[in-house]
Amino acid sequence: MSLRTPPLHQVHRDAGAEFTDFGGWEMPVSYAGISTEHAAVRDAVGIFDVSHMGEVEVRGPDATAVMDHLTTNAVTDLDPGDAQYSCILNEDGVIIDDTVIYRYPDEDEDAYLFVPNAGHGTQMTDRWSTHAASLDADVTIENRTEDLGLVAIQGPDAIGTVDAHARDSIADVGRFSMIRTTIGDVECLVARTGYTGEDGVEVFFDADRSQELWGTFDDVQPCGLGARDTLRLEAGLLLSGQDFDPETEPRTPLEAKLGFVVDDSKDDFVGKDALDGQAETGPEELIVGFHLNGRGVPRNGYELYRDDDHVGHVTSGTMSPTLSEPIALGYVDADHASTGTEIAVEVRGRRIPATIVGQRFLDSLGGEDGSEGDDGTGD
Amino acid sequence: MDYEIPTDRRYAESHEWVLATDEEGVLRVGITDFAQDELGDIVFAELPREDETFDRGDQFAVVESIKAVSDIYLPVSGTIEAVNDAITDRPELINEDPHGEGWLVEIRTDEDVDHLLTADEYEDQI
Repeated sequence: MSLRTPPLHQVHRDAGAEFTDFGGWEMPVSYAGISTEHAAVRDAVGIFDVSHMGEVEVRGPDATAVMDHLTTNAVTDLDPGDAQYSCILNEDGVIIDDTVIYRYPDEDEDAYLFVPNAGHGTQMTDRWSTHAASLDADVTIENRTEDLGLVAIQGPDAIGTVDAHARDSIADVGRFSMIRTTIGDVECLVARTGYTGEDGVEVFFDADRSQELWGTFDDVQPCGLGARDTLRLEAGLLLSGQDFDPETEPRTPLEAKLGFVVDDSKDDFVGKDALDGQAETGPEELIVGFHLNGRGVPRNGYELYRDDDHVGHVTSGTMSPTLSEPIALGYVDADHASTGTEIAVEVRGRRIPATIVGQRFLDSLGGEDGSEGDDGTGD
Repeated sequence: MDYEIPTDRRYAESHEWVLATDEEGVLRVGITDFAQDELGDIVFAELPREDETFDRGDQFAVVESIKAVSDIYLPVSGTIEAVNDAITDRPELINEDPHGEGWLVEIRTDEDVDHLLTADEYEDQI
């Protein structure tokens, strides 16, 4: 299978990137090494090409109703320029995608852009179209994955870095808000969102202007998907296809502790009945964060034990570059999910002791220096 | 990309190197510059115990980078004579000095290394 390549592919190649298949796209894993890129984002600023993420545009008189029907959070809460993290469920309440929904800042009509995970753009466009037809809704739905570029500029110095090149100040743009401005000469939508646990922005623009936009930040450390993965895991953020996946890891928002993006006051959304049912009995398994008390690196699929009982498995794990500790996310029986519980992870036949901690590892393991963490991912 | 390939040792196709030590019958073993670069930032190495014995081609160690887990194979059969404890605390030594401070084990063997690749042959392979 040939992989799709982002418009910046040659730029990445010239910068010495190593590549990987991510959701059908050949994307950079790293340029200068994952540790170097990771540290750049925690300590200063880094830039990521995330053009492989999907983009779907929904506009028209019934756009709000359709968005509200197909996602778990309250889309009706969004004013123009607001953004919201949300889940997309199937009828069984299982997460088929997580997404950020943006309500365009300056449109007369109700108009939204949402960002499905890599490789999901077509599937989500079809899903929206099918449901819009069944609801007889007056909307237009367009898959804009090909014609929109997306980069993330993240880190404590990100806002200053973007401000130096943007027509409008980004500093006044609140977390989970979006403005329309220009960076250099490129028309952009700039949103104060991201998936690294740091402050920063994500920038949408015409894909044809990718090189110009990227080149504006040529003094910023380019970062690949390797660093994005270690950064998001330290922040306790879930990875689609790994921490949840309708085929290999079917999970509801309650099991994935994403209940905070489910608005119980909504009359209806796809998956609500199943979720309500699970809420009554309580989920049998829950996602937890844990760190190893011995040497080793927990990896996806490793089994978890308490005493001699099998209690779950790892979905994401790494050696945390910031904390220098082996950290992981995994699902365990709800009876054994409380913070402080001693478990063990089986690494190549040996059981390494581990302790369940808050999954926002920078806070729970980082001590006094832990960042505040304002992404709302609760434990 | 140019990789360091010292000519004082032999190489396995699976990217380990073998170097004679001052002691007769004892060989030092590590992974190559190419291998450490492919792996990326190494964060953990699981090494055998002293006195463990292995056959040629056995997996004797595991090296983990942030992104991958790699089995390391022994190019000759023998008994583990020494283990490089320094990399337990500083696995990044394997990245920084794969042919020197980042060695993995020393093995006592009665085999010779004629079946392994010379530096030139290894360079042709990578």
